[in-house]
Amino acid sequence: MRELWEFTKLIRSKNAGPFELTFDIMFKDQESFHHVLHSGVLTKERISELYQVGVEEVRFFQMDKLFTLKITIPRKVFSGDVRDTDVYGGQFHGPLVQVPVPDFSTAHQEPPK
Amino acid sequence: MDFIGCDGGSTDAGPYYLGSGKPRGPREGVKRNLRLMLREALKADIPVIIGTAGHAGGRPHLKWTVEIVRELARENNWHFKLAAINSEIEKETLAQALGRKEIAPLSPAPPFERDNILNAERFVAMMGIEPIQRALEAGAQVVIGGRCSDVAIYAALPVARGIPRGIAFHAGKILECGAASAVQRPYPDCMAAEMDQEGFTVAPPNPDLHCTPQSVSAHTLYETGDPYHLVESGGTLDTSDAQFEASDNRAVRVTGSRFVPAAKYTVRIEGAALVGYRSIVIAGIRDPLVLRQLDRFLSTLRQVVERKIAENLDLTTAQYTLNFRLYGRNGTLGDVEPEMTMDGHEVGLVIDVVAPSQALAADIMPIVSHTGLHNPIPEHQGLISNFAYPFSPGGIDAGPVYQFCANHVWELDDPCKPFCMSLEDV
Repeated sequence: MRELWEFTKLIRSKNAGPFELTFDIMFKDQESFHHVLHSGVLTKERISELYQVGVEEVRFFQMDKLFTLKITIPRKVFSGDVRDTDVYGGQFHGPLVQVPVPDFSTAHQEPPK
Repeated sequence: MDFIGCDGGSTDAGPYYLGSGKPRGPREGVKRNLRLMLREALKADIPVIIGTAGHAGGRPHLKWTVEIVRELARENNWHFKLAAINSEIEKETLAQALGRKEIAPLSPAPPFERDNILNAERFVAMMGIEPIQRALEAGAQVVIGGRCSDVAIYAALPVARGIPRGIAFHAGKILECGAASAVQRPYPDCMAAEMDQEGFTVAPPNPDLHCTPQSVSAHTLYETGDPYHLVESGGTLDTSDAQFEASDNRAVRVTGSRFVPAAKYTVRIEGAALVGYRSIVIAGIRDPLVLRQLDRFLSTLRQVVERKIAENLDLTTAQYTLNFRLYGRNGTLGDVEPEMTMDGHEVGLVIDVVAPSQALAADIMPIVSHTGLHNPIPEHQGLISNFAYPFSPGGIDAGPVYQFCANHVWELDDPCKPFCMSLEDV
């Protein structure tokens, strides 16, 4: 197994306004992009589980030209609220960096539909 | 060059600035930047457009920025027509708009009834391009706006001069973070765009920086919930068919962005409400015996101090918040941290108290910190001191705490209506 960061050139999180968090996952190349998408390790269900939000609240944008996956979720705690831990939302991507991803050889290579 | 734009604020740093009315300085730094912009604009006889003055765009933030501009004009013997556009909305005005059903929630939105509005500290409406255009039409060379859409700062003048909205708004989205759309940004810097009827070309003025189609297209999705649709006052910028091509080795040509007009003209409302006052203590914990039973340690501590706070200060737990923030475990992600095991040899504890007044927060804090300091564990017999305080005094009064209390839009007949403008010759 490998980790997600080995396939990407950028993984970041940031507020999209005070009420939402957005994750940008930019892959190194088309092959890495398709491999990770196809391996099924990054799904709405996985994000919903990791960040404790409803599956229907997870928005996925697959940006083929940029080899980028953008994911947006509502903030469970709004930016700056008494119990907020990250006002800018800049560190929420942490758990994504080491998401286990199968090696190239062990998964299908064709692009997802 | 047709104008200089500057986005002076954001909600990024949280609700404090809007709530407190305090600008985000330092004043000398802001003055220095304004000096450069004004000097070059006056030399070239072009407008300067500053949006979201003083970081939050409320009335005190606008006043603060206008005063700096007047001071610069006096000191340098500069003369120009200055427009200041207010975006702070009176609570009663907003409550009446709510009553007329002109306010609609976005998602997710905090509760927003008449009482929520009247009990909040301050509201601003986010202006679109129209109030800025009105100031320019009135002959202002320097326009200082309260809360502005980031994009509107850069799109207002081009749209007034006939550039299609899709192009001007997309250029605005790229320009609003300055050099952030360059490949590497070793320090904050500026960005320039040239717009025409077919598209725009973006390139950093600093010869050491460069843009690529990848860096510019990547910036289109920065901080936006939806990478292809940016909702603005009056419509949506749709970049799903946008093309990014290298014009040369540092400039990028962008074409194909569209603007889809909305059926109703709305402006976003931002508000901040006071929720209490904070005191904090920072403490290190290094004793492995304490660390291995940290949850139990903190839950017994909580029980003891809740009782003491009730006895000494007559406060119930509903009247204050006591939060143990554990750096080294889940200080960064809070409840959503998936890795709750602690591998490290120390933990940074931030004891965070929010109470109805600063005096009460400051009274609660020593009850918690001193009880915690000597809170016993079974393995040590005798008085122990569990917390390593790096500072004396240990407690820090962190001031008022606000929360964002609106994620709503306000439907307007006239895009300029709530945004009063004052003009003066300086």
